[in-house]
Parts: sequence; structure tokens; C-alpha cells
Amino acid sequence: MALLRRPLLVLILIVTYQFLQLWIAVGSVIEEGQKQEEFYEELLLKPLPDRKVLTHFHFQSSAPPTSNGRHHHLFPKAISQLVQKFRVKEMELSFTQGRWNYESWGGFDSIPSSNAKPPGVELWAVFDVPQHLIDALWKNLTHTLSGLFCASINFLESSTAYSAPEWSFPPASGNLRYGTLPREAVCTENLTPWLKLLPCRDKAGISMLLDRPSIYRGFYHSQRLHLISTGSGSEGMDPGIILEQTLTVVLQPNSQRASLDRASEKHIQPSWSLSSIFGKQVSGKCVLAETSNVYLLLDRGLVAELKQLHEENEKSAEKVLTSENFRTNPCFELSAKPDRIFIEESSLLSKNSSVLYKFKVEKYSEFEPFDLGLTWKIPVVWLCRQAPLHASRFLMGSGNERGAIAISLKSTQSSESFMGANSDDERCELRVDVFQVVPWYVKVYFHSLQVFVDQQPKAVSDIIEKIHVSPSKDKVSPGVMELVLKLPCSVSSAALTIEFDKGFLHIDEYPPDANQGFDIPSAIVSFPNFHASMVFLENDSLNKSPLLSKFQEKSHVMSYTEVLLVPLTTPDFSMPYNVITITCTVFALYFGSLLNALRRRVAEEERFLKDKAAKKTGRLPLLLSKLSAKLRGRHSEPPHSPPGPASSSFINSKLVLKVILVAGVAACWQHYFL
Amino acid sequence: MEKLKKKIGSFSFWNWVIASIIFRLILIYFPKNLNLSSRPEVSTPLTSFRRLAEGYWLKQSSMSPYAGSMYHGSPLLLSLLGPLTVKRIEGQPNHLLYSLVSVIADVVSAMLIRATGRNLQFAYLRTLESLDLVKQIEGSELRSSGDVAALIYLCNPFTIVACVGLSTSPIENMAVILCLYGACSRLIPLAAFGWVIATHMSLYPAILIIPVIFLLGCGPDAPPRKLFLQRHQQKGVLNESKLPHGFSWGPIIHFAFWALVWSVYVLVLCGISLKQFGGLWEMFKSTYGFILTVEDLSPNIGVLWYFFAEVFEFFRNFFLIVFHVNILFMILPLAIRLHHRPCYLAFVYVAICSMLKSYPSVGDSALYLGLLGWFVNELSDMQFSLFLFCGYVGVSLLSPVMHNLWIWRGTGNANFYFATAMVYACLQIVLVVEGVSAMLNHDRKLRRLLTGKLQDVKS
Repeated sequence: MALLRRPLLVLILIVTYQFLQLWIAVGSVIEEGQKQEEFYEELLLKPLPDRKVLTHFHFQSSAPPTSNGRHHHLFPKAISQLVQKFRVKEMELSFTQGRWNYESWGGFDSIPSSNAKPPGVELWAVFDVPQHLIDALWKNLTHTLSGLFCASINFLESSTAYSAPEWSFPPASGNLRYGTLPREAVCTENLTPWLKLLPCRDKAGISMLLDRPSIYRGFYHSQRLHLISTGSGSEGMDPGIILEQTLTVVLQPNSQRASLDRASEKHIQPSWSLSSIFGKQVSGKCVLAETSNVYLLLDRGLVAELKQLHEENEKSAEKVLTSENFRTNPCFELSAKPDRIFIEESSLLSKNSSVLYKFKVEKYSEFEPFDLGLTWKIPVVWLCRQAPLHASRFLMGSGNERGAIAISLKSTQSSESFMGANSDDERCELRVDVFQVVPWYVKVYFHSLQVFVDQQPKAVSDIIEKIHVSPSKDKVSPGVMELVLKLPCSVSSAALTIEFDKGFLHIDEYPPDANQGFDIPSAIVSFPNFHASMVFLENDSLNKSPLLSKFQEKSHVMSYTEVLLVPLTTPDFSMPYNVITITCTVFALYFGSLLNALRRRVAEEERFLKDKAAKKTGRLPLLLSKLSAKLRGRHSEPPHSPPGPASSSFINSKLVLKVILVAGVAACWQHYFL
Repeated sequence: MEKLKKKIGSFSFWNWVIASIIFRLILIYFPKNLNLSSRPEVSTPLTSFRRLAEGYWLKQSSMSPYAGSMYHGSPLLLSLLGPLTVKRIEGQPNHLLYSLVSVIADVVSAMLIRATGRNLQFAYLRTLESLDLVKQIEGSELRSSGDVAALIYLCNPFTIVACVGLSTSPIENMAVILCLYGACSRLIPLAAFGWVIATHMSLYPAILIIPVIFLLGCGPDAPPRKLFLQRHQQKGVLNESKLPHGFSWGPIIHFAFWALVWSVYVLVLCGISLKQFGGLWEMFKSTYGFILTVEDLSPNIGVLWYFFAEVFEFFRNFFLIVFHVNILFMILPLAIRLHHRPCYLAFVYVAICSMLKSYPSVGDSALYLGLLGWFVNELSDMQFSLFLFCGYVGVSLLSPVMHNLWIWRGTGNANFYFATAMVYACLQIVLVVEGVSAMLNHDRKLRRLLTGKLQDVKS
């Protein structure tokens, strides 16, 4: 029976599937006028010069503005509720582990400038509400995101953790709030909720590749969520939302041992395939996705290098690279046949242009999984495009009292070509925006800002065109510094230094590992004159791909500096009781002894004592008078009549009685009341 | 012969003054002022030069100087001294002008101390004369207390360090001394001015109003009035002219009027300089509020920073009240017991404040040590003076070492530094307590001498 039933089941399934597809197709035809929710999945692969591979997953879901309630087919409901509730206009949340290596992985393209993020968590959001409501919304937003992504984003709630940059942060607007948690550890518990926002999760389509062990083995991974709500046209309509989820991972492919054996091929780039770096293959697209593409990007430097290598052999190098018969390519070999090849529109500045291979995943199925492999045949060495200046930041000084932060900008060699192009102007200037947030316990002296250009100290007003500072308030708000620098194009290095005092905190304000130090979040250095964009020829077909249209957008070239670790002095955490008791003792000593000195009237005391001695001649008063006399440092006349032994024993017995009474009362108290 | 001796004495006084000024100038010409300006002993959040410069910078870039929690001083200081923080002269040390202002403030303070000391000594001699006790006291040599006090103030390493370390305490001290000088020499507007400015700059000198009232009401320090009455009764003749004046309200009303005028003046000036920013309320919040709530927990030579860094948060307000009330509690007993010696009362108040204030610095200690010089004759029988001297030397040597061990080397911990602060507080307590009892003993001694003499006369 079971054997009989199974084909039937399969048949039914197939029929249902076909029907469903038909229904979807019909539905899309019917609702042609009204825009549908859409989902795109894309993957970009790019070999990096230092034997690593960049993989960049890009998922985009969009919900058009609707008026018919809160029903979503594909779009994650949690996100749309969040946007509606907190009136978020634009928001970006990133979880990053590792540091983007600007020197070898490039800093000019749109991938590093929009996807290279500072370590830990970075969150910024623009709200669509009046100024005075923003802070409350921000607090609620951080709590919501914290629950949504299983991360301690709620620490950004306190006013010491976030800031409101005025103009230096790219989506410049007064309604922006920006906060980072440099020490947040990122792990699968953050990735899983992020994947849950995808319609196919990691069960089908490109996201199947997201094998946790191989991702977290990478040198850098940054998981980002960016959403824009496209303003609702009329009232009563929910805003349309475009949700962009990207995951950027830099992985080191396991190079084949065989090629390493040969010394001559040591410099050859490692060959890799999707299955070798992720341990998985793509078996078809996510059914719900509009498009599902994989791209392989060879950047300008690589292409130029390949051409050069080629020109020794053949004339038409470009043809070879882009020709359909890529299998005959003498430089490398692809295991799958690209569906399209795009060439970047060669810009005015350089003749070289990047090459993009497009692979459509929908052709592949479970039985014929997609597994792109790249095998290098000859050793290639190239450089990625760098940002005009390489920014790095470090601490100066020693000890735990004070120090200085230095931001150094070094000109990258490759940028000379841009300079050359710009140098037609008489006063060629390079504009650099610096945005720096410092926590309040790093008390920055803004008047100590110094600028060095080519190791020469310069007047601050010559270089800094615009400065906006909001100084830190103890336990209330962090310090924010926004600068616009105008550097001459011929600059080879520039440095900013600013001094600070280290604050001292209350013992409750130190984290559990206080001696590890405190983090100063990354500074953002952006170059507004330079735009990272890649414009490909044959624009018409690109409209369909959000990733490629993202490439074409003009975004500022931007880089994050290192996170600084500032060790702060710690008090002794075990001391509160001791300090309280000792200090209070000293105060009591002061109060008591001064009052005693003021109260004392020597002559009267002596008279009083004499009277007392005359009246009652006990041993105790005698002792007391002697003691007090000694304390005063002067002799007192002994009372005239010697004390009788009987009275002394009487007093002693009285004393003993008293002591016993007090002890008894204490015992009763202890017994009955406590 | 006497005159010659005096001349030599005064000559050597001026020598010392010039030597101390030259020593300051030499220190100023050291590179970076020997880093004294960032020492915790010298620059507290209230007196720090770097914070002053930061406040001036903020003001120049059209922000409120109290934005952020860097500057907590007076806006007037910012307008007067602020420009000096940025002015540079080629080939000279960076903050030469500002240092010169500090040196001048120190010298002026010393001169005022000297004048007041002479005034006090004159009054002292006069009272002795009126009590016919000159001969008994003459046996123990009388020193010119004004010169001694001025020299103590000028040559005290604490003063020198505070002056070279570019803190604002020389100017605050000058305001306090100006107030006392004015009250002693009955220049009522000057006294009121000094009092208002000193209070405006550091709040604590506000309690000096009590000694100033006594000074204006009954004149400078004298033995208790009872002694005079006793003496005259014994003599049988009540010579009114030889009696010290009773309490007179005239000068006090005069003083109150001038104090009101000056405070309105100061407030108006502050209001004008802060007009485009937060106004006066912001100023009060970040100067007096900052002093009273002990927000900054960076180490200094006091004990409150560590206490408030360690104390449980829910007790904080309680202890804030306790510690500030400790100063206030002592005002009344001291005023009752020492009302006949208003200058000494002022010294005790200054000493107590510099011990219990939230951000003490060595500049405050320098002030009360200088004022102590006024009473060299009266306090000659003070106990533990050698012990106190050694203690001060020891603490001022050990405290930087402990700070270095904790902050710079990381081999010590905060308790080491706190221990020196504790010892320093104890030393100050001993000084105050012993000083007060020595002064009371001195009065007793005078009385004993008087009664002994009377008995001699009778017998």
C-alpha cells in the first residue's frame, strides 16, 4: 500500500505546486496595477588580494505603501510594526566581528564604504517626529531591537551611549541618533533572528550557504540590516518599507595542498568553490524571490593585472576576459558558465574597469546544485582601490591620568591618480569629514586640538574649515566632535591630536572586568568629494537587481578607524566598608576633639573636681581625676582623705551588678526580638 | 641700636620676598612648568588651569563655558584670565602672562598679610599695655608677626607650587586675604568686595562673614572682654577709654550694604557675560552645585573623592549632607568661644574649610598656613608643632609617590594614596584642635598672669 501511495503523493504535490505557481502568476497579472511585496536574493563573490574571498549576501524585501491593514505576504511583520510604531524613517543596525582591512581589502568601492562596519554593534536611526520626542522613541527602539536580535542593544538606551551628530554622519539630519557598542560579541544567536526575517530563512535559495561554522571562522563578518521607509503619500496609508539585509564575510579558502607543494606556485591565489568555503551548495532559488543571482566581481586592479599578463601573449586581452568561452581563459577557470558578463563603464580617470559575471541560480535544482568554483592558473598580484587617505587612530601617553587621541591620515599611493585629475584647479583641496564620539569618562580638552600636516604643526583655523563640538557632561552625555578638514591635495600625511583626562568612576559604574579597559568607539572618516559607485554598461537589465543598483548609487567614501581601548584606573572594589568606616572615624575624631577643646573650662573643672573629691572619696573618681589631669598634662592635687577599702568593694559589686543587668537585658532582647 | 636691628630685619624680609619671587620665575621658565599644572594636588576641577582654558575655548566658539562638565569656575575669571590662556609670546614659556598674574597675586597677598599682621600686632601690644602685662610677655621675645606670616605665605612650597602650577587658587586666596585686610583696617567696601568675590569663586569663604562681623563690630583680636572688666573692677576705677569697644552695629550695617552692592554688581556682570547662554541658573548649578554634590571623583588630597567613589549610591545624599553640615556645625561653637579673636576665628574657619571642602588643593592649605603666621606669639606654646611640621613634610613627600605608584606605574592601588590623604586630614585636624586649645590656653595664661599680678598688688 505504502509503495502504491507514495507516487500518488508525489503526483499530488507536483500538481499542487504547479497550480500554486499558476495561481501566483495569475495573481501577479491581476494585481499588475498595485505593487506587490518583493524579495530579492543575491550573492556577490570577490577574490581579495591577500588570498581571501569576500562573500557578500544581499537580501532585499520591500513592502509598498498600502492602506489595507497590516497583512504582509513576504515582508517580516516585526519590522513593519517597528517602523510604524517608532516612526522610523531610516535605520541601520549592524553586528560586526573583526575589522575590515582597508589596506588590503580596499576602501573605495561601495562594499567597504557601506558594509565595512565598526566592531560590535552600530545602530543609527532617523525618526520622522518632532525633536523632543526622538529620545523617547530611540529608547523604545533600542529595547525592541534588543529583543528582536538577542543582543544587548538596550545599553544604547542611556543618554551616555548615543549621540546626535549634526552634519558629519552621511544621512545628515537633525533627527538622527547614533550609538555603538564596540564590545558586543556577535554570534549565531544574533544571526538566527536575522535569518528569520527572510521569507525562505536558510532553508532554500542562496541563504542555504549560510553555514554557521564556516561564517564564524571568517576573518570578518558583518551582518547588517538597513531599512528605509518610503514616505507614505497620503494619510491613512502605511509607509512602504525597503528592508535590506546584507551579510559580508571575508573567508580564507582552504588552499589545495598540491599547489602549495610546488614552490613556484606559492604565490598563486588559492582556488575555491562555494562548496569548499561554505561546505554547502545552492540547490535552486528561493521560490519566493523575484531574482536569485550570484555574481563574481573581478575588480579594476585585478582586471588590469590580468590584462597586462595577457598582453604579453595576445593582443585583445579584454576580449578574452569577457568572451563566452571563458574556459579557455589562460588566467583562471570558472566551474560554471556565466549567464551575463558586465563591464564597468570606464570612467574618465582610469581606463581599467571591473568585470562582473552573473550566474542565475534558478537554472539549477536539487539534482544539479549550483557550485561556482574559481581555479587560478597563474599567480596574480594586485591591489584593491583605496580611499584617498588611510585613517588610523591611536592613543598617546602613558599612565592612567591623561592621554591623547591621535587620528592619523596617510595618503594611499593609489590615490595619486585622483589627485592628478583634480590638480587642474589652482587650489586643489581634499575635504575630509571626521566624526568622533567619546564616552564621558574620557574628558577631552577641545582647546588642545592640534593639527599636523606632513609632520608640521599647522594653525587649527587653516586646516579645519568647520567644527562642531558638543562637550561631554559627566554621566549624562558623551562628547561629540565633528570636523571638516580641508587638506591640500599634495598632502602625504596629516594628524589630529587631542588631549584628554581619564575620568574616575563610581565603583558601581565599572563593568565586571574593569581592568580590561574601556572602549572608545570608532571614528568615522569620510570623503565627501569622492563617490564610490560602479556604473555598468547595459543599464537596462540592472534595474532588476537591487545589489547592482546599490553599486550605482553615489555614496560617500567612508572608513571607520580602530576601536581604542583605554585603561582606566580602578579603585579597590573590596573597600567600601573600610573606606566608609575610616572616613567617618576621621570625621568623628575632628568633631569630637574640636568640640572637646572648645568645651573645656580648666578652672571650673578643677574646682568641680575638688568639690567632688571632698564629698565622696572613692577610688574611681580619684582615678578619673588623675586620668583627666594626666590628659591635660598637669598635676592635680590628690584628695586629702585616703579612700577606704570598704567603699571601693561596694562600688565594684555595684558595677558588677550593673554589668550583669545590662548583659541580661541584651540576652533577653536577643532571644525575644531577633 | 634697636633701629639698626629693625632695619636689618626688614632688609632681610625684602631679601626673602625677592628670593621667593625669583624662585617662582625660575620655576616658571622650566619646560612645561614641571607638569605641575596637571598634578592632582595643585589643580582640582575647580582651580585647574586646563579647565579654565577649555572654558575659554568653549566661550570663544560661542558655546556656554558650562556646556560639558569641564569648567566650574566663575565667568568673571573667564573674562579676565581667559585671554591669558591663549596669549603667547615668542620665545617665552607658554603661559608666561598668566604665571606673572599668579606671582603678582601671591606678592599682593603677602603684602596684605603683612599689613594685617602688623595691625594685629599693634592691637595686641595695645591690649597688653592696657592690661599692664607688657613686662610679663616681653620676657618671651615678641616677633613681628606680619613679616613672619608674609614670609610663611611667600616661601611655603605649597604656595609656590600652586602659583607655578597655574591654578586659580592664588587669586581665590587673594580675595580671602583682601576681605580680612579690609575688615582689620576698617575699609568696609574693600572687606565686602573681598568677601563677595571669594564667596563667588569658591563658596566656602561665605562663612567668613562671621569673623568679619566680629572684626567690624569689636575690632581686631584681643583677650576676652571679661578680663578688662575684671582688671578695672580690681583697680576700682572704670576707665572707659582703656576698655575695648563694645559691639557696634554701625559698621556691620555698612558692611551689609556694601556686600549687597558688590554682590548685585558681580551677579549683573556674570549675567551679562552669560547672557546668550544658560544664564545665572546654569552658572550656579555648575559652580556651587558642582561643589556641593561632589560629582567629580578624580583623586585629590582630600578624603571625599574616594569616599564618594566607594559609598553605596543610596547613601550618597545622606553623606553629602553630613559632610557639609560638619562644616556648619562647628561655626557656632567656635564663634562663641573665639568671638574676641575674630582673625583667629577666620583662620580656624579657613583651615576647617580647606580640610573638609569637596575639592581641596595645596593652595588652600597655603592660605591657612600663611594666616597661622599671624599668631606666632600667641601660639608659641602650641603642642605637637614639631610633629605637625614633620607630618606635613612627610605627607607632601609621600603623597606624590603614592599617586605615582597608583596612577602611573599601576603597582600600588588607590588605598595607598587614600592613606596619605587620610593622614593629611588627621594632621589638619590635629593642627586645628591644638591651635584652638593653644589659643584658649593663651587666654587662660593672660588671665592667670593678671590675677597673679593683682594678688601681688594686694599682698
